Amino acid sequence: MDNPFFTRGFLGKKRDQLADRLPPGQYKEEDFPVLSAGPTPAISLEEWRFTIRGLVNASKTWDWQEFQALPSMSFTKDIHCVTKWSKLDTHWQGVSIDTLLSYVEISPKALFVKAYCYGGYTTNIPLADLTQEKAFIAYQFEGQPLAAEHGGPARLVVPHLYFWKSAKWIQGLQLMDQNRPGFWENFGYHMYGDPWKEQRYQGD
Amino acid sequence: MNDNASISWQLATVKDIRVENATVKTFTLSLSHWVAHLAGQYYDIRLTAPDGYQAQRSYSVASEPGQVGEIQLTIENLAEGEVSSFMHEVVEIGDQLEVRGPIGKYFVWQPKRKEPLLLVGGGSGVVPLMAILRHRAAVGAMNYTKLLYSVRSPEHLIYAEELRKMQQEGERLAIHLTYTRSIPEQWAGYQRRVDRAILEELLHTYPETPLAYLCGPDSFVEQVAVHLVNIGLPTASILTERFGPSGS
Repeated sequence: MDNPFFTRGFLGKKRDQLADRLPPGQYKEEDFPVLSAGPTPAISLEEWRFTIRGLVNASKTWDWQEFQALPSMSFTKDIHCVTKWSKLDTHWQGVSIDTLLSYVEISPKALFVKAYCYGGYTTNIPLADLTQEKAFIAYQFEGQPLAAEHGGPARLVVPHLYFWKSAKWIQGLQLMDQNRPGFWENFGYHMYGDPWKEQRYQGD
Repeated sequence: MNDNASISWQLATVKDIRVENATVKTFTLSLSHWVAHLAGQYYDIRLTAPDGYQAQRSYSVASEPGQVGEIQLTIENLAEGEVSSFMHEVVEIGDQLEVRGPIGKYFVWQPKRKEPLLLVGGGSGVVPLMAILRHRAAVGAMNYTKLLYSVRSPEHLIYAEELRKMQQEGERLAIHLTYTRSIPEQWAGYQRRVDRAILEELLHTYPETPLAYLCGPDSFVEQVAVHLVNIGLPTASILTERFGPSGS
């Protein structure tokens, strides 16, 4: 809007002390709300697989035991949901995407990734946003196995983008040459989703 | 889905405020740039302080799309709610508010969908389901439809009178309430949290697999969704909209 608008009577007294750590339009949440479009899928560790496919020399798949044997890291990150809540200093344990990608040879044409999931969910992310320890596959949250409603057995975590990009119930990453919209991106959400630029919806 | 137009902020004028119950009000907003929404969609409200600080929240539209030029948002006053408490305690008729929408293209119902509908709402989760019921009634849709509305007590009901009227006049429509804490005198209906037995009983009479719309607090939606999956509803037929842990 061209003219600055102020809401009559609104002083923002309830703003958080840590407001500088909150992207525009976000508030601090102590709980961990659940957001998903449908029922929570039940995935047994026996049937669980994680695959990297697409523009790589050969697909690579891990089962649960093999995945647990990979070098893991702990991460402390702030997360930001497009529905306006942010949660600060969340603790995760998982495998960095760099580690996973070191098992394949990536085609120079690969610029984007489709994260695909048990239950059918997908989301699209530029490959560069998943590397250099910016993203990981997490299987623990706050010292506990990741709960099913929060994406367990394992979810993608890309903390610098809105949290719908951190796909729950992750099944694999498909490397692509083009940026193809995933589930929420097809329903009007932003293709990239930078919370600091408030890229919530298409056109933001 | 194919339009790339941005959803811009616009000024809305508060035309009416209706008290639904002790903690819930419905705000009728006149929009400068109104477009017809889909039943189930929501709007964002943004509040701006004199120093530039802003707070935003999303609220489901309660009204049906045929109400040209305006929308109704039904808002529960949450104790810690930065925007909801402002809406309840400060906003008056005639005030201007920044809003944008309609948003959300998944948790929606359009009359071209002819499947039966099972709507399950917990607490103020009934709001987007009410938009669906109002839209269904306004266009004369005949989808076999049931609403299961879980609420703590009669005092916590929203839209009680309108739901009663809908139940009397609606065709192929049944409204079921379940009270989870205090029960009115001579109440013969459900009086427990939504469980598998209630859902099986309601689903028993459906002519074909319904589309299920679930809205309410996280735990409520999670439990109802699991029951429906266990009963055998295809996951693709179960649409969920969840909000924070507060609520029923």
